[in-house]
Amino acid sequence: MLVFDALLAGALIWLAWQATHTPGLFRSVISFIVFGLLMALAWVRLEAPDIALAEAAIGAGATGALLLSALGRLAVTHEAGTPWQERPDLYFWIPAGAALLGLLTLAAWALPTPGLGDDVRRVLPDSGVANPVTAVLLNIRAFDTLLEIGVLLLATIAIWSLGRMPMPSAPAVRSPALTALGRVLFPMFVLVSAYLLWRGSHAPGGAFPAGAVVGAGGILSILAGAQPWLTGGVRGPWRILLSLGFATMLAVAWGVMALGQPFFAYPPGLAGLIVLVLELAAGLSIAMSLVALYLAGQPPDHWGPEAARR
Amino acid sequence: MSLANAIGLLCVLLGMPFFFLGTLGLLRFPDAYTRLHALAKTDNVGLGLVCLGLAILSGSLAIGLKLFLIWVLMLIASATGAGLIGRTALARGMKPWGL
Repeated sequence: MLVFDALLAGALIWLAWQATHTPGLFRSVISFIVFGLLMALAWVRLEAPDIALAEAAIGAGATGALLLSALGRLAVTHEAGTPWQERPDLYFWIPAGAALLGLLTLAAWALPTPGLGDDVRRVLPDSGVANPVTAVLLNIRAFDTLLEIGVLLLATIAIWSLGRMPMPSAPAVRSPALTALGRVLFPMFVLVSAYLLWRGSHAPGGAFPAGAVVGAGGILSILAGAQPWLTGGVRGPWRILLSLGFATMLAVAWGVMALGQPFFAYPPGLAGLIVLVLELAAGLSIAMSLVALYLAGQPPDHWGPEAARR
Repeated sequence: MSLANAIGLLCVLLGMPFFFLGTLGLLRFPDAYTRLHALAKTDNVGLGLVCLGLAILSGSLAIGLKLFLIWVLMLIASATGAGLIGRTALARGMKPWGL
């Protein structure tokens, strides 16, 4: 396995160099997507499957689609860019990067061992779930997750405030197989996502990977030429789904106070149920946020030919 | 080693040359269409044999069905991708090699 790890690390460094220094933006983007996939493998090797799932779905899938769609809207240039041999600023950036890496290594070395793992394991039976990652995300540090979902919601609001979305351009080459693929695969995405959500209570999975998978499926369907039935109207379903995660978390945080608990402290018998409800709501919001980020603007009130004309 | 294990191992080993030859074809064939032909063999037959072998080696029906699902999804995606690349190449006016 040592050989595999060394190959993986070497490939990651080489791909990072390719993504930043290869002439031609298309090759950079492809290198970046492959970098994300190998990074997910690296997380698997580090025994962090939760992060691997998120990295594969968000780092490689959604970000890759965003970069490719941005690339498609850029004017085509044939400038090669400055070759790295002629860039004096690298004499600053390479030592600076090495120094930062050294400092980070020192910091990682100085981390208290064994960390907070034992504390989490001790309170795990009361958290309502058996997977420590889910317990930390949605029970022990649920307040942090509330803020994270809030950041996603804020980002989506900021993007929608930029105006109407640019209509996704039709694929240059019509292929009936692509449309059929989008149609066949989307239920599969939903199935995988429901499985991940359910699994989150006792094994790696949960709201973030589940939401990312459905979000990636939505982006794929739009790329394949499908039109979602969800609209961005004032009382449209998109807004309800976007705010569902944040609203549910806030409602739970205050709702438990009515039961005589402190802010965000779940009643002992209800913890498992509350975590499941929060995961469902947060997963739906994460999925809709990712699709909204990809669309780069407010979706129309009505999808259809008149929306495409605008 | 039981018979099932031997058959599973044989399937995985039989699948390997397809990956090797597919990669060789990708690197050595003259144009997009012939490269697609080489790659599709890798996806369809090579991955199919590896999945079949792993399913037999795992000895579990649930894992076997999951591996089968992976193979079917890969077949659909590979056929669609190959079709898209081929159509795009034709639309851009790339002549198939030797014509």
